[in-house]
Amino acid sequence: MGPSTQTGIALVAVAPFLAAMLAPLIHRYAGRFSGWLLAAIPAAIFVYLLSFADIVIGGGQVAAQIEWVPAYDLNLSFFIDGLSMVFALTISGIGTLIVLYSGAYLAGHPHQGRFLGFMLAFMGAMLGLVLADSLLVLFLFWELTSVTSFLLIGFDHMRQAARRGAIQALVITNIGGMFLLAGAIAVQQLAGSWEMSALRAMGDLLRDHALYGLVLTCFLGAAFTKSAQFPLHFWLPNAMEAATPVSAFLHSATMVQAGIYLLARLNPVLGGTSAWMGLLVAFGGVTLIWGALGALKQTDLKQMLAQTTIASLGLLVLLIGLGSDAAIGAMVIYFVAHACYKAGLFMVVGAVDHGTGTRDITGLSGLADKMPVTFIGAALAALSMIGLPLTAGYFAKEEMYLGLISADWLSLVVLIVLVAGNAMLAGVALLVMIRPFLGEALPTPKAPHEAPIAMLAGPMLLGAAGIVAGILPDWLGQDVLAPGAGAILQREVDSHLTLALDFSAPVLWLSALTWALGIAVYRQADTIRTLLRRFDNGLGWTADTVFDICMFGLIRFSGAVTRFLHHGRLELYLVLLFLALALALFGPMLAWGGLDWIVPATDLGDWSKRLVLPAMQPHEWGVIVLAIAGLLAVLAAPTRLIAILSMGVQGAALALVFLLFGAPDLAFTQLMVEVLSVVILTFVMTRLRLDARDPRPFEDWARDGTIAVVCGAGISLLLMLVLNGTLDTRLSDLFAATSAPIAHGHNIVNVILVDYRGFDTLGEISVVMGAGIAILALLRRRKRGAGTPEPAPRTRKAAP
Amino acid sequence: MNTVIFRTIAPLIVAVMLVFSFYVCLRGHNEPGGGFIGGLIAASAIAVFGMASGVQHVREALKVEPLAIAGFGVFLAAASGLLSLFIRAPFMTSIWLYLDIGESVVPLSTPLFFDLGVYFVVFGTLSSVALSLDGDSEEDL
Repeated sequence: MGPSTQTGIALVAVAPFLAAMLAPLIHRYAGRFSGWLLAAIPAAIFVYLLSFADIVIGGGQVAAQIEWVPAYDLNLSFFIDGLSMVFALTISGIGTLIVLYSGAYLAGHPHQGRFLGFMLAFMGAMLGLVLADSLLVLFLFWELTSVTSFLLIGFDHMRQAARRGAIQALVITNIGGMFLLAGAIAVQQLAGSWEMSALRAMGDLLRDHALYGLVLTCFLGAAFTKSAQFPLHFWLPNAMEAATPVSAFLHSATMVQAGIYLLARLNPVLGGTSAWMGLLVAFGGVTLIWGALGALKQTDLKQMLAQTTIASLGLLVLLIGLGSDAAIGAMVIYFVAHACYKAGLFMVVGAVDHGTGTRDITGLSGLADKMPVTFIGAALAALSMIGLPLTAGYFAKEEMYLGLISADWLSLVVLIVLVAGNAMLAGVALLVMIRPFLGEALPTPKAPHEAPIAMLAGPMLLGAAGIVAGILPDWLGQDVLAPGAGAILQREVDSHLTLALDFSAPVLWLSALTWALGIAVYRQADTIRTLLRRFDNGLGWTADTVFDICMFGLIRFSGAVTRFLHHGRLELYLVLLFLALALALFGPMLAWGGLDWIVPATDLGDWSKRLVLPAMQPHEWGVIVLAIAGLLAVLAAPTRLIAILSMGVQGAALALVFLLFGAPDLAFTQLMVEVLSVVILTFVMTRLRLDARDPRPFEDWARDGTIAVVCGAGISLLLMLVLNGTLDTRLSDLFAATSAPIAHGHNIVNVILVDYRGFDTLGEISVVMGAGIAILALLRRRKRGAGTPEPAPRTRKAAP
Repeated sequence: MNTVIFRTIAPLIVAVMLVFSFYVCLRGHNEPGGGFIGGLIAASAIAVFGMASGVQHVREALKVEPLAIAGFGVFLAAASGLLSLFIRAPFMTSIWLYLDIGESVVPLSTPLFFDLGVYFVVFGTLSSVALSLDGDSEEDL
């Protein structure tokens, strides 16, 4: 691929993030047109990606690679084949409509710019995810989707429910993220490559490996958490606390589909085994039924859609698990159809909420007169959801039944689950389409009115897309199903979609059965809801409550640990700290006979051999006498202040020692530290309002004194031990020799600090600043506790 | 400690110390000195100034929040390391530039800016701690 493709794909990955950063600025200047302006970016991406359509439909692939950490063979590699193309086009296409929609939905909201920014960043993460080739890059974007969706779900952060939903989604999906990372690393270790395109070429390598089960568990853990499979599904309805455009985007085409995408992507590498099929079909089937029943329980339109999303995700997982040509084809078509109708329906619900002020299905009726365009949008989407002919949903349903008609009892069970699930979903679709719009008009909190065009463009276009796809089966088959399914199965898949009705085919009768059951569900919806709720109340607890129990348990546990380890008694901390220091000093010395080395046992009793006074100049003696005098003054000091000052004297004498013995840098530093510590200690003393004298009991004195003496002795002995040995000067010789020619400096100490290990120094100064911030925070907290309850916001006085 | 003599002399001492600290910082690459020591000296100067004239005075004279100086330091140090990316060398590769100004040659380098970053961090953090510890500053916090 040429450099233009490289730049192009890199731009696709980067542009949404750039737009996200600029969004607040654009919003400030463009005001209510910002939605229209920003929607141009996903639209441009959509059009650009379309330019690869010919290559991809022809079975080809587009790849681009940017070196990231070449030393570790890490590359930012991107890759477009049928599967990623289907996903990327859906994301950018629906993304365009969603950005447009958000512009109108949040019109006048003070943080609309920020919201649009989050939305675009999320879209960028999702695009990166489906275009990534390297598993590590996939992981990076996977986590980015978690983080950005956290920001989106918790956007209305003043509401506790929104915060809770956001945290729950983050916790659950991040656990999955860890699974994904573990799986990626395992695959890299087993197969030797991060690139999924390379893995696909390896055939059965992973499937035949002894650790296949582990790898499978990791990836299924990731996919099931992200795609809300039972029993990890509960975060998705709670995430509905987000603003409607977020739900429409995250829960139709993007975030939750990441897990589906991952499974589809890994199908050629991990799929096809009995474990894969069994787990996916079982979890998918249970999730389908559970979500569909959940939807029937709800009366809130958005919650109903959220639950049907869970059901649809289960359905997609089930289809991937089945793995036949027809099932995979159905999965691709169903993904596209579902993304279109679900996003459309969410937008319709948002428009209804916007126009009437309520989302509760029991309080809405007869809106079709006042909101005809919204009704048409809802009807188009719902028809596709029911799977009537001439919609994309129809083909998805036909395809999924197609592969399952056999005498095999397992197929039969799956078929029954599918028909039941689809029938319930059809019932919900009918409820959403008919209940609010037809029948007698009911009074609503706001007088019903049509939403602005930017909010209706989405449902209309997506609904129309579902219909267009439905009346062009050849296009849908050859340009969507064949490349998508071909990429998942790694072989050619021929499209056989046709509009011709074959009344002798059992598939048609199954469809008819589904519709009939759907209508029955719709008619009995109220009874079913009452029954289900009674059952729920009997059960008493849900996965959601289990999550709460776990989270609060964790918080209580960490509280207990903190109170045990971090009890706040400074004295005890210091005693423990210095005891540990003494142990660290004497333990190894005693264990390896260090004392014996300093004073050999044979010399004991003959002090003349050891007590040899070094030959020193009188002024050197003077300095040492000064240090000792300072030390004695500390011990004898009558008040704390004098003790602090005496310690300064002792430290200054030490600085002089450094100066005399050829370490001017150290002397300088020591002196300055000494000055500062005297000043700071004095300040601390006045602040703590300590007594002038130290009133501690004698036992404390004795204990602290002993520890001090032991630590001091340990350090002295250690230093003597070090000086007894021969110093390895290779490193300092190297520094001395290379300092001037390489780093152009003669002061080795400084050259090491700023040049040879500048990166460490950068870390260290960051730590210094962090510590400074922490100290300030502590001081301020103390102040707040002691003084006025809430200090006025800090304002610096203007300079004179 | 707050005597007339001290208060009169302090600004002079502080001025000398600040200039000296800068000098120590700049000469650090070849002679004893460097950003860390320079920063310590400057912070000591601020502490002395604080003792003599009160924290409020020092804050007004500084004009900038001390911790912001520290933040600027970290930023400067990291940015000096980033410069090497423009010559396609790894992060923090040093770049040297010798400027001829009249008779003398002024060596400019990325380690110099890095060292200045260290100077500002040490100076900013320590003076901010010292200033907020002072008993006088209770109302100011």
